[in-house]
Amino acid sequence: MKSVKSEVKLFPLGDSALLVQFSQEMDEWAHSQVQALASHLENRSFTGFIEYVPAFTSLTLFYDPYLVYKEHVREPNISPYEWVTTYVQNLLSNLEAEKREEPRMIEIPVCYGGEFGPDLGEVATHNGLTEEEVIQIHTSSTYNVYMIGFVPGFPYMGGMSQRIATPRRSSPRLAIPAGTVGIGGLQTGIYPLDSPGGWRLIGRTPVSLFLPDRFPPSLLAAGDQVRFRAISMEEYVAYQEEKR
Amino acid sequence: MSIQVLKPGLLTTIQDQGRAGYQRFGVVTSGTMDVVAMRVANLLVGNDEYAPVLEMTLVGPKLRFQKDTLLAITGGDLTAKVYGRSLPLNRPVYLKADTVVEWFGCRDGCRAYVAVAGGFAGTEVLGSKSTYLRGSWGGHHGRNLKAGDQITYQNSGRLSNQFKDSLSRRMNDTNTIHRNIELHTDHNANSPAWFAPDWRVGSVITNLYSRRSRVRIISGTHFTDFTIESQRNLVNQSFRITPQSDRMGYRLKGAQLTLSEPLELLSEAVVHGTIQVPPEGNPIILLSDRQTTGGYPRIGQVITVDLPLLAQAKPGEEIMFKLVDHREAERLLIKREDALLELQQGIRMAMAQL
Repeated sequence: MKSVKSEVKLFPLGDSALLVQFSQEMDEWAHSQVQALASHLENRSFTGFIEYVPAFTSLTLFYDPYLVYKEHVREPNISPYEWVTTYVQNLLSNLEAEKREEPRMIEIPVCYGGEFGPDLGEVATHNGLTEEEVIQIHTSSTYNVYMIGFVPGFPYMGGMSQRIATPRRSSPRLAIPAGTVGIGGLQTGIYPLDSPGGWRLIGRTPVSLFLPDRFPPSLLAAGDQVRFRAISMEEYVAYQEEKR
Repeated sequence: MSIQVLKPGLLTTIQDQGRAGYQRFGVVTSGTMDVVAMRVANLLVGNDEYAPVLEMTLVGPKLRFQKDTLLAITGGDLTAKVYGRSLPLNRPVYLKADTVVEWFGCRDGCRAYVAVAGGFAGTEVLGSKSTYLRGSWGGHHGRNLKAGDQITYQNSGRLSNQFKDSLSRRMNDTNTIHRNIELHTDHNANSPAWFAPDWRVGSVITNLYSRRSRVRIISGTHFTDFTIESQRNLVNQSFRITPQSDRMGYRLKGAQLTLSEPLELLSEAVVHGTIQVPPEGNPIILLSDRQTTGGYPRIGQVITVDLPLLAQAKPGEEIMFKLVDHREAERLLIKREDALLELQQGIRMAMAQL
């Protein structure tokens, strides 16, 4: 077995999950390792495997210890956790060797400003830019989706330009409509469901980020890349009608 | 039509084992708080152990069962009565059509579970009928029951049907009336409303969801990042479950838990039973409706076999944690699953013998 990179740490998360931590800080290597392990698990699942949850620099694997015990454990001194750990270490030792898949690129159309983006002006003023420049900067980056969390379908994305970073509002809004695109500090994100929130709102997408009766329910997944494209109000309305 | 809701109770929802497989899309698992009580209730009526059940909290509902029903009530004792007389817990019960069952308040524990043969019908979302209140999905229109609701059952299997018929026959058998003390009648003395066989689930099983103040945990990923005093307080002091506790998590109040030095953490997955500590120092135990990820330090993890104890602990109660090692948590879980498998076989035999 090839040696696993020394930074990788494996911990139990309760008695039914294993946390694989590639790094304690944000880095691109850890992100790509998380994605590689995720795709390995998709192809090489085992009896007792339940699901995995990728995050910024870690992946958590959920399993059923009783099933693992019944199906795999053949020696009395091996615990289900130890069996799963050995299984994952084997996967990790082959991660580098395998060719990684190209990330999916998802384009998200956004109608910026107006009633959809009431804070676009504030973001511009805060950064000494015009509204058009904010839109131009927001649409020219490629964003990495690190994980989905907080609410169903909400993407934690990295890659926004510092030139449009804007602090959160001091008092959060109580209701932000689904599809609203916002900026909070150095991050940008999209509210998948109507929810409260404190981000600066700059536009809205007609695309549904989360539909519980669709498979998969979330438009985005960890590992995806995202680009935003500015659309007019007419195009926004046309998208909405197409959805019906 | 199967059940008419006359009074909804405090929080009565349809739940099953929850939505596994979608946490990576941020989908909350939901599912019963006390999974063992759910499984036992289902086994008692011949269902798949993960069939949808009703979860009721502290104050139970008042329900009219409109057709002949085989049901079982497990978990906490919320005082289920038919025409003023108690219905037995942890046993299968045959209920005659049009019988009203009313729950009168919490005697012990916090949550009761009702399974009916066939399981409750409800909207399935992402592989589960569990109600997720914040997302308004699953179960009965994604919400808790309301007065006037009609709840239906799914079709029950052959074993359940035969068992129900045989209980019904025994109830109507006049000879049995005089022999069996478990036979109860409604206000019309000649018309029995329900019948239960004379066996029940043993204490080995019911102890799995009995109320107990000592909750076993294993140390969390950040246990040693807390001060020695905090590590000691976690297991030597008791913590009160505050009123701000719900299916999402229990907020505890007790000794303040503090880190030795500040810790910047990136969000990552959390699990059922994770004990996380926000900066103000009061721990939160994450439960069925928890978010999928979190960024607070994790001082401990409640072991899987003790999660039902939490489900049966109510706001205002004090709990104490006891540290066990990871191996012990696994051993206890394997022992529990063996016991539930044995129970399943025992119940099947008892049902077939009638």
